[in-house]
Amino acid sequence: MTHKEDNPIITLVSRVVSPFIMIFALYVIFHGHYSPGGGFQGGTMLAAAVLLVRLGAGREISQLQFKKSWGMPLGSLGVLIYFGTGFVAMLLGGNFLNYEFLPLAGAANAVRGWGILFVEIGVGTAVMGILVAIYDDLLEGDPL
Amino acid sequence: MKFLNYLILIVFGGLLIFASTGLANRGDADAPMNKETSPAGSPGAAYYYIQNAKKDAHTDNMVTVILADYRGYDTLGEETVIYTAGLICFLLLRRREEEEPK
Repeated sequence: MTHKEDNPIITLVSRVVSPFIMIFALYVIFHGHYSPGGGFQGGTMLAAAVLLVRLGAGREISQLQFKKSWGMPLGSLGVLIYFGTGFVAMLLGGNFLNYEFLPLAGAANAVRGWGILFVEIGVGTAVMGILVAIYDDLLEGDPL
Repeated sequence: MKFLNYLILIVFGGLLIFASTGLANRGDADAPMNKETSPAGSPGAAYYYIQNAKKDAHTDNMVTVILADYRGYDTLGEETVIYTAGLICFLLLRRREEEEPK
């Protein structure tokens, strides 16, 4: 950020618009079963909502919304959710990533649908955290 | 010369639009490309996916089923690629606190 002075319009608009982008991103992730969308697209939009506040309000203020140190842990958590879903299925007797063996009630095909949802949540979490982390890492050399 | 550029552009765009009218409908199991069989004579994967995606995973979006269920390994690899990119940026660019000059 080369401009030190705050522009109230940009700050306010980015603050107001960011939660709505996040809501729509969650819709894209969770409605991926029925319409175009899914983890990658929704995670990118979640990251875009965070980066909008990063760009609009400046680096210090935006730490209140999403801290710089949260990016990589969140990305790791997403990869672990994906891997863990497959691993739980493997521990309970199936092949790796065979969602039929997840410990959920319901018919086999419904359980596979739930497995897809967990996997999409993992992908979305990982993509969001890692995109924000890459942005923060690239700004790290900025003397400010 | 500029006129020729625009002419080539319009002709090529028209050609693409004309070609797109010959494409099969999405999810059409009877389209020739989905009727392809392997050299051993078994039906191709696309035909199976179109017929069974909804039944197998109780999910309407065929693309989601293929991405996350049938091709789960592939998506796990994609996610690992993204994670590796983020990890490399972290390791190369992040400043460590204790090495800051005091």
